[in-house]
Amino acid sequence: MIRSVQIAGLTCLAVLAGPVATAQHDHNGSADPNPSKPWSQADEIWGEAEMQASREHVRRHHGSEAVFGVIVDRAEVAFADEGEVALLEGDIWYGGDLNKFYVKTEAEYSFDHSEFEEFEVQALWSRAITPFWDFQAGLRHDFEPDGLSHAVVGFQGMAPYRFEVDMAAYLSENGDLTADLELEYELMLTQRLHLKPRAEIGFSAQDVADRSIGGGLTNGAAGIRLSYDVIREFSPYVGVEWIGALGETRDLRSAMGEETEETVFLIGFSAWY
Amino acid sequence: MISRRRFLNYGSGTALALGAGQFLPGWAQSAGHDHHSMQANVAKSFDLTVDEFPITLGGRQGRAIGVNGTVPGPLIRFREGDDVTIHVDNRLDVDTSIHWHGLLVPFHMDGVPGVSFPGIRGRDSFTYKFSVPQSGTYWYHSHSGFQEQIGHFGPIIIDPKGKDPVAYDREYVMLLSDWSFESPERIFSKLKKVSHTYNFQERTVPDFLEDMGENGLSETLSDRAMWGDMRMSPRDISDVTGATYQYLINGHTTSDNWNGLFEPGERVRLRVINASAMTIFNVRIPGLPMTVVQSDGLNVQPLETDEFQIGVAETYDVIVEPKGTGPYAFVAESIDRSGQVVATLSDRAGARASEPEMRPVPTLTMRDMGMDHGSHGGMDMDHSGHSGHAMPAMASDDHSGHSGHAMPAMASDDHSGHSMAQTADWPVEKPHLETGPGVANINMMPLSRLDEPGLGLEDVPHRVMTYSQLRSLERNPDPRAPDREIEIHLTSNMERYMWSFDGVRFSEVKAPLTFREGERVRVTLVNNTMMTHPIHLHGMFFELNNGGGMHRPRKHTVNVKPAEKLSFDVSADHVGDWAFHCHLLYHMAAGMMQVVSILPDAAGAARRDKVLEQSDHQMDHSQHKMDHSKHQMDHSAHEMKTPPAEEAPMPSHEDHKHGGRP
Repeated sequence: MIRSVQIAGLTCLAVLAGPVATAQHDHNGSADPNPSKPWSQADEIWGEAEMQASREHVRRHHGSEAVFGVIVDRAEVAFADEGEVALLEGDIWYGGDLNKFYVKTEAEYSFDHSEFEEFEVQALWSRAITPFWDFQAGLRHDFEPDGLSHAVVGFQGMAPYRFEVDMAAYLSENGDLTADLELEYELMLTQRLHLKPRAEIGFSAQDVADRSIGGGLTNGAAGIRLSYDVIREFSPYVGVEWIGALGETRDLRSAMGEETEETVFLIGFSAWY
Repeated sequence: MISRRRFLNYGSGTALALGAGQFLPGWAQSAGHDHHSMQANVAKSFDLTVDEFPITLGGRQGRAIGVNGTVPGPLIRFREGDDVTIHVDNRLDVDTSIHWHGLLVPFHMDGVPGVSFPGIRGRDSFTYKFSVPQSGTYWYHSHSGFQEQIGHFGPIIIDPKGKDPVAYDREYVMLLSDWSFESPERIFSKLKKVSHTYNFQERTVPDFLEDMGENGLSETLSDRAMWGDMRMSPRDISDVTGATYQYLINGHTTSDNWNGLFEPGERVRLRVINASAMTIFNVRIPGLPMTVVQSDGLNVQPLETDEFQIGVAETYDVIVEPKGTGPYAFVAESIDRSGQVVATLSDRAGARASEPEMRPVPTLTMRDMGMDHGSHGGMDMDHSGHSGHAMPAMASDDHSGHSGHAMPAMASDDHSGHSMAQTADWPVEKPHLETGPGVANINMMPLSRLDEPGLGLEDVPHRVMTYSQLRSLERNPDPRAPDREIEIHLTSNMERYMWSFDGVRFSEVKAPLTFREGERVRVTLVNNTMMTHPIHLHGMFFELNNGGGMHRPRKHTVNVKPAEKLSFDVSADHVGDWAFHCHLLYHMAAGMMQVVSILPDAAGAARRDKVLEQSDHQMDHSQHKMDHSKHQMDHSAHEMKTPPAEEAPMPSHEDHKHGGRP
């Protein structure tokens, strides 16, 4: 499952990474009539063509190199009352310091029902706008449960006191507006053992009957994970999390006889490359 | 695999190098049973081969790119003023280059691809030819890609044409370096993704409890709140640490135990070169005082000390006079104390000095952020507050005036003035700076820190060298006041691993820093980051304004401490395009680089020559000197003002007792 998600992301990436990188390069010297030749005294000695190529090369490699990154924020199994659920949340990105192409995925697979209950992929342009914040915009497609697409606008970054924040608003093709906010913090018990509280909250501007969602706050999660950096790039963890429906959504689901909250035990890992 | 050819070519003397477990050039070999010192063979012509080869360290094998098959490369030693020819054969498939660090070569021989020459293409060769008017200890390294990290460096010694003012019985190069088995591309990529990935010295919850016990809850909370509010870490001292690095002296790890021999009573000259990619070192020899006699290749007035901090690319020559037999530990400790390397100095081969315990990890303070904790209630730091508010504010005010407010305060002299204690009588150009993705912090209160020994050495129980103590042995050659001053800000966003000058990465630079030939320029560096940066200017020495009058130390690389503001004066004599950059390799790669373009100006050069001639003349008639040279220097009507500061170029009374310039 994890693999299929990443492959989907990579395919998107292969299609879009090129134009993004080029766009960024073009941006480098838009204002200057001769941006690629700010100094040229060596041209007389070694020849302009040779110097020009090496000048472009040295500048490209001192500040505008694109980096490819993969992060798995959460790859975990939740042990719930009605069976185990696997969850994957992660990003793939490619780009420079200011502009990046981002693919975010979140998938939930129920072993009980042998199917994805949720599988969304977002393809976003991410633009650094302040020291600690990126603006992000793009598209989201929910492969599960219902194949809906959304326009996305959001912000990702770090709030004071080092809270990691990811928040976005979504406008679905049906015109429904929803939003979510994710907060994460890292408390260092030792250099490798970290306690990571995490909270998530969802909001909807209107009732969405198809998804049994009511207007207002829709759902929340609050959990804590104890994680150990085996190496910095790989950190297995255990945790507990409360997950529940809120507000009208809660009432709706309660009326339908569904569970409206649960507390689960988690085991999983985070990783990056 | 090491080819047979290379074995034959470079393997001579390997019997002595067995302890190191690798092949090393003669100068870097540990002492055998014979008494040992470096050979002082000078040459005029050198053949260098750049290639990729295996290297074994601590029993582990890695791949290096280096010169003549060894890490470090061979010693290049020649005599001052000689015409030197260095033929470089590039056996790599990729480009390489060799930069002669600190050497006053013609700019097209300086070896910086894309700035001074096109580079040496793969499978191609290149011949450097130059003659330099200087002597001393220097080094060379690649300026291509990350080759410098994986072994492409070596020492240079230029013997003086005349008598060496430094007397010694024996000499050793002590070349410090850092090695990782991770590829430099991987290191850089990791830093870009998780900038603190190599930091295993962060403050933890137990540290919090300990601090609370010592300082009380409220002080500890407010300290944590300040750092938290800024989203920075007081343990962010080195980006790349002992977590991945092995530190080396002459290619030897501590367990390899490089040995240098001496006979008690001898004067031993140690030529300390920091050839690391990323590591600033604290150097000491417990129990053996060191007399600093040279800095960055140029002689300084002898200064006895017990420890010094050496920035990447700096060199210091010290004399030690061991009275006993030792063994003495030569200790190079990384500035963040995540690792150290020890070599042994003694009267017999095979001795091993005991390794001192690593000292406690230093912690940055608000002072290092340019915020005076005590007197300025630094907790409400409005400059960092703005991006932390709710979403609407964040989205809209990125480039709004909020952060820009910092500049006017800084631009006026009343903030910086209290620490720098001087006002310029010349025009000062300052960058317009505001916070943004690449600039997380603007220093509100830069400090003069030349009289500080460097991070972590403030409270050690012995003498530590400071920049303010250094005095050049020879009189400074150019007595002129600056024609103008440019202020350059060292800027960063550690979280994004973005590094730059004036907030502009090298890839985005629109124009170089332009000097005209003959100009005298004061360059002021303001460090807006909390890291120490060794800033290197190619092709010329600069006088560090450290209160030394006409004996200011002349350097090619200067360590700029966190929150520090310092200045140096430079004579734009060497026409050409010269690289100017932070010598921390990954900072440079991230964009902390510029070009200083010295444009030909015959009239300017003539004006300079005339002034220098007159100044020489005045040296002989010292009575009139003060008035006269002042007149030459002040183009505006500032005659009545007191001379700007001790750094001002006026020769002092003390100076002219010694007679004219050499």
